[in-house]
Amino acid sequence: MRSLNRLFTRLLNFTTRRCDDERLREEMESHIANQTEANIRAGMTPQDARRHARLKFGSVVAVREGYRAEAGLPFMENLLLDVRYALRVLRKSPAFTVVALVTLMLGIGANVVVFGVLNQVLLHPLDVSEPQSLYQIRHKQWMIGRLLTTSYPAFEDFRRRNTAFSGMAGIYGYSHAALRSRNAVRWVHGDAVTGNYFDLLGVQPEAGRFFHAADEHGPDSAPYVVLSDALWRSAFDADRGVVGTIVELDKHPFTVVGVAPSRFHGTERFVWPDYWMPIVMEGADFLHSRVSISVTVIGRLKPGVTPQWATENLNAIAAELAREYPETDDGQPLRLIHPGLLGDDGDVIRGFLWSVTVLALLVLAAACANLATLFAARAADRSRELALRVALGSSRERLVRQLLTEAVLVSLMGGAAGLVSARLLLGVLNRSQPFVDSLTVSLDARVYAAGLALTLASALLFGMAPAWQTWQSSPSQMMKNGQADPKHLRRFALRDLLLGAQIAICTLLVTASLVAVRGMVRALHAPLGIQPRGAMLADLDLSQVGQAGDVAVEKKKAAIEAVRSIPGVTAAGTVSRTPFTGGLHGIPIFRPGTTEFKLINSMLAPYVFTMSPGYLEAAGTRLLGGRDVSWHDTTQTPYVAIVNETFARKMFGETPWGETAAIGQHFIVSGNLTEVVGVAEDGKYHDMQESPQPVVYVPLSQSEDGETVFVVRSQRAPNEMAAALARTLSGIAPNVPITVESWPDALEDELFPARAATVSLGVMGLLAAMLAVTGIFGMAAYNVSRRTKELGIRVALGARRTQVMSAAVGRPIVLLGVGSVVGLLFGVFATRLLGQIVYQANPRDSVVVGGAVLTMALLGIAASAIPALRALAVDPSKLMREE
Amino acid sequence: MKRKMDVQQGTLALMVLKTLDVLGPLHGYGVARRIEQISGDLLSVNQGTLYPVLLRLEQEGAIASEWGPSQNNRRARFYRLTRAGHKLLEAERREWGQTAAIIARFFAVKAKDLA
Repeated sequence: MRSLNRLFTRLLNFTTRRCDDERLREEMESHIANQTEANIRAGMTPQDARRHARLKFGSVVAVREGYRAEAGLPFMENLLLDVRYALRVLRKSPAFTVVALVTLMLGIGANVVVFGVLNQVLLHPLDVSEPQSLYQIRHKQWMIGRLLTTSYPAFEDFRRRNTAFSGMAGIYGYSHAALRSRNAVRWVHGDAVTGNYFDLLGVQPEAGRFFHAADEHGPDSAPYVVLSDALWRSAFDADRGVVGTIVELDKHPFTVVGVAPSRFHGTERFVWPDYWMPIVMEGADFLHSRVSISVTVIGRLKPGVTPQWATENLNAIAAELAREYPETDDGQPLRLIHPGLLGDDGDVIRGFLWSVTVLALLVLAAACANLATLFAARAADRSRELALRVALGSSRERLVRQLLTEAVLVSLMGGAAGLVSARLLLGVLNRSQPFVDSLTVSLDARVYAAGLALTLASALLFGMAPAWQTWQSSPSQMMKNGQADPKHLRRFALRDLLLGAQIAICTLLVTASLVAVRGMVRALHAPLGIQPRGAMLADLDLSQVGQAGDVAVEKKKAAIEAVRSIPGVTAAGTVSRTPFTGGLHGIPIFRPGTTEFKLINSMLAPYVFTMSPGYLEAAGTRLLGGRDVSWHDTTQTPYVAIVNETFARKMFGETPWGETAAIGQHFIVSGNLTEVVGVAEDGKYHDMQESPQPVVYVPLSQSEDGETVFVVRSQRAPNEMAAALARTLSGIAPNVPITVESWPDALEDELFPARAATVSLGVMGLLAAMLAVTGIFGMAAYNVSRRTKELGIRVALGARRTQVMSAAVGRPIVLLGVGSVVGLLFGVFATRLLGQIVYQANPRDSVVVGGAVLTMALLGIAASAIPALRALAVDPSKLMREE
Repeated sequence: MKRKMDVQQGTLALMVLKTLDVLGPLHGYGVARRIEQISGDLLSVNQGTLYPVLLRLEQEGAIASEWGPSQNNRRARFYRLTRAGHKLLEAERREWGQTAAIIARFFAVKAKDLA
């Protein structure tokens, strides 16, 4: 309490700069006068009395200093002095200050952005209770993109039989519907979840209630829907009265029972559902089909149960199920992961984010090396001033503190600028396309703390170099040799090391960004098996028009004909699901003559697409041989299919006649003996990274799959076409929401990771290149300016141009060479790291290596050119006179 | 830089408190003279060091001060003990007593006592 009181008084004195000098003076005078009187009374002469009194009192100056130290905060006062002095010094060299600030702003800004994303995606747990005990069940085999694990009946079996989980919930993540409310219709996507979902996650509703396990009584028994906060706000104006009302989802009435809190977005970070409804509403077929593998399973471990033990428990059940249901359950081994990052994509995302974080830190390290060089050079230039201060009695600690204060000041300003720019950049990113309504990166206390820590750490890093130099030097030496000892330049200096390290880091970053750009270019030119350019996608649910069976086929046929007759349309067709939209899983096929349709007897598990005649042409998938399906292939005629090259090769083997030899062969899919009538080119179906997958296209008229997406190819401008398409389709299916999109736009999402990687690595590479330029330029310019006198003498003594050149910029060029080689080697060894970040990364790629070397060489030459020219323009008579 | 609080300065603060406790309100010179009378050498030189100590004690709230006329009609700053100062003095006195007693026992000890 006492010390607190005192601290406040001192702080007050410090801030108001009050010091009771007057009071002390008066007290001291009074004291000395009293003492003098006493001395006179004791018999001294007045002069002696006064002298003795003063002697006895001691040094007035010392007392005053002691008094001041007690009254205020001397540490703070000195700091304030240092700061003021530092500001003055920085103002005196604005170019240096601006370069330092911009360097730091970029370095710290990049780190804050990257760490902000990392923090949001990896460090924040899901907003559910006890996220640590929540697991997602996955197949043991590592797979990209596929969220699906099991069929609903298998999920029920796992839930009933396991002894490791206190609860297990199933999620069907592909629920979508036309939401009709308040006379407006909109497309919404959501999760169909088991009744125990919200209770398992431990989430509380924002309004109304959630549905529970007790609400489920068999298929279609619980027409309830829970709205997401975003949908509630956008479609219902955040009206609490909506709870209890009826809305239509795909023309079926659902009661809105509640609204989820705004922080809760389901169990996936990147896919935010608009609504949740009970999984029983997916219908009896879904609930009883062991073939439809589309349920994502999450579960909460019982306290004390280890994930290993739970995995063994689940695998035992999987093996049991494979024995009991050999036709549908393959008994694949399982494993547990934490949900949230798109299943196994989490590994990729984690790897990417950590790698980019490392790269961002490298940028900052390069920036610090750069600044250290700059500060060290400046300290050397100021050596005379520093020496003078030491000679006048300033302590070394005081000088080092002064230099560190400058460094910290610069870094704090740069860090603040970096934080502000990072905030602005993230604000723009949050509002931009792929992030809206999915991931929102906000800067929280942790990010600010990290930014501050980085700022201070970098201040120490680049402030230490000049401080260390000052500490080492002796003042007399500094006074004598204002200019550097020429011998010193021959030695391997700290600055050289810093520049070398900086160049190595920059080369690594330039290499990384080149690798990313190459990977991106390759990804864009990878054969997709489709030609998205010039094609439009139109998504509408024709099943809502209300017919079934052959009538529906007729309806679709009519719709396609109508679309086909829009002027400018060259091809049109429908497909059950366009590539790269997820939800694909293999369907087992069998040799003709198979009687037992057990999974172990199956030949392949290809993706099966249901399409209309004309789809392949509209999609731009080449037919290598045979014919397209036609409207004459019906359930009354023999079943036919088109297969892709991989299917043909895997199923019927390599033949000298190529894949088209498969035409006329048979296989069994979905219990139907099917004839191959055509072979189509290979493509990518689920994601860019997949290995060649077998694919079967079956005609719409012979399939029960009702999903349809229109693919329309035309030569007209996309927006024009979109309007015409929407008009035509809404004429056929009024009151059904239609989304029309150009295919390249729809593929944006698939390319987004590669694009994001390219942009982030490209920015890092650019930053690195800028740092390299400033570093080399600074070093070369500094060398020239330090040695003008020496160079002048050389020129006067008849040195040739080349000699002067090499003396002036030889060292930076050598450092450039060495640094680049080291950086390139790092790049090659970091293949694994880069491979995780970008598609088809190959740092040994000659284009990349050549590009990196060329870039660094060009940058080096450009950065050394100006100092070199200055060195050549030296007028010896003028320079020798210059100090 | 924070100055080290040496023993002497701590002692000086205690002496100031005790002096004010015994003699009531006093000005700086008066305090210095009393301490000199009692402690002999401690303040025979550098009486001025008393003033930072007085300021410190005042900031801690142990003493309070105000201007008043001295005997020779000069304006002087008079210091007096506050309630907090009384408590502080009491606490310090106890502590000193304990310390002194312990140290005294240590000095009294002879080898045979520990055998």
